[in-house]
Amino acid sequence: MSFDVSKIRQEFPILSTRVGQKPLVYLDNAATTQKPRAVIDALESYYTETNANIHRGVHFLAEKATAAYEEARGVVGKFLNAARAEEIVFVRGTTEGINLVASSFGNKFIAEGDEVIISAMEHHANIVPWQLLCEEKGAHLKVIPADENGELEMDAFDQLLSDKTKMVSVVHASNALGTINPIKSIIDKSHAVGARVLIDGAQAVGHFPVDVQKLNCDFFVFSGHKLFGSTGVGAIYGRFDLLESMPPYQGGGDMINEVTFEKTTYKEPPGRFEAGTPNIAGVIGMARAIEYLENLDRALLLQHEEDLLHHATARLNEVEGIKIYGTSKNKVSLVAFTLEGSHPHDMATVLDADGIAIRAGHHCTQPLHSRYGITATARASFAFYNTREEIDILTESLKKIQLLFA
Amino acid sequence: MSDLLQLYQEIILRHNKNPRNYGRPGSFPHCASGHNPLCGDQVTVYWSVDGSCLSDIHFESQGCAISRASASIMTELLAGKTTEEASALYEEFSAALKNQGEEPSLGEGFGELVALSEVRKYPSRIKCATLAWQALLEGDF
Ligand SMILES: Cc1ncc(COP(=O)(O)O)c(C=O)c1O
Repeated sequence: MSFDVSKIRQEFPILSTRVGQKPLVYLDNAATTQKPRAVIDALESYYTETNANIHRGVHFLAEKATAAYEEARGVVGKFLNAARAEEIVFVRGTTEGINLVASSFGNKFIAEGDEVIISAMEHHANIVPWQLLCEEKGAHLKVIPADENGELEMDAFDQLLSDKTKMVSVVHASNALGTINPIKSIIDKSHAVGARVLIDGAQAVGHFPVDVQKLNCDFFVFSGHKLFGSTGVGAIYGRFDLLESMPPYQGGGDMINEVTFEKTTYKEPPGRFEAGTPNIAGVIGMARAIEYLENLDRALLLQHEEDLLHHATARLNEVEGIKIYGTSKNKVSLVAFTLEGSHPHDMATVLDADGIAIRAGHHCTQPLHSRYGITATARASFAFYNTREEIDILTESLKKIQLLFA
Repeated sequence: MSDLLQLYQEIILRHNKNPRNYGRPGSFPHCASGHNPLCGDQVTVYWSVDGSCLSDIHFESQGCAISRASASIMTELLAGKTTEEASALYEEFSAALKNQGEEPSLGEGFGELVALSEVRKYPSRIKCATLAWQALLEGDF
């Protein structure tokens, strides 16, 4: 079976947008992905046929909404190959997921003098929550360095690990470089010293299948909107016994067994961590996005994305003065680059006039950019609905920019 | 590209490539930095005050063409002006950029800065055009 990208594109209504006179070339998928018709329809049908609050009503719609919400938990659990659906906690996204683990797990299990290890290529969302925790507890934050190719220095990681290490929190695939980190090895080494591991999977799940049992990670976090679902929703996978041992994150409705003014008892996971009315429609939409993805041949999608990455790397290297950041052999399909004489912001503005959407800036990874002595890059990031032709349009536009600012 | 050529006018491209008064002077009584957290752009402005007038204005930046050109033009435009005059110019410049309505009329006294008035069509870039000004006028005197 061959991969028919034009057929796929028809399922994403926004891809036929025109920007002025030009067709939209959407190459900002690492920031957020576009949504297929199946997801848009699911959101609409939720609000036209199902909407009610969950876990508290006994009426027809409440039962229906609760069933759909819990069914979505099962879909996400299967998607990550969790041992059971109760290992999935719904949150607002990766950021909230990491904050939840840092706050709840950290509060209970991280103490003065303990160490938390992150890496040089973390998104601010996987830096700041740990910094806050370490400040509060008097714990120490250690950083696995990255080399010139944008790969983690695993020897240095070995040196950092010790019996003081309580948590290792690293990104699966870097949003700024594309690097896919050797997380299986990171997980095994961390476990060997008794540390827990959180994987920031924000840039992973939309590109390749993930099996949390095979990886044997303790926590895995991702956002629905980078997985062709809507914004404001995401999930944590947490091993059940760990979740069970952790205190609540926020207090409120829906996370309790019994409340008196003297004492409150909490639900079992995942309910304990889902205080208040969640993004019900978003959760259901995310499940439809996952089903959409799983109904496609993911091996073919990956092959297509790898072809896009190779094509983009080759074509962009034709542009005079270009420098690509992140040259690991293991990459998701994105290319971060600078162009001599032209700042990423100016590039993004000129590309926009050609209908091309890319991201310019530090991509919420300022420490990584400092590591390479730069403040910003331009980033073209691909999804399976992108085409070689779009990359050619990008290349031609960059050649014009090179001349404009030369 | 035609709209863009108005944004990236010759004057702006020239100042971007060969900015005036670029680099850190040997001595400088005053300096202030501006930072745009959105994109990581950074500018540092150095200056002296001669009597009541600004003088010897220099800058360094890691930023886009818009922010470099604006800083470069600023170093020339504000030299010899009092801080009150400088603030008044900035107020008018900044109001013109934020004016989404009719064409702004930056006339007399704005010199090459007029080339930057197109930035108002690109709201996300306005901060780039005002970064150095904010550093100088709202920074530490
Ligand atoms: C690697 C990585 N981690 C975390 C995040 C934060 O995700 P969200 O903003 O959806 O919470 C992102 C999104 O940019 C990301 O790319």
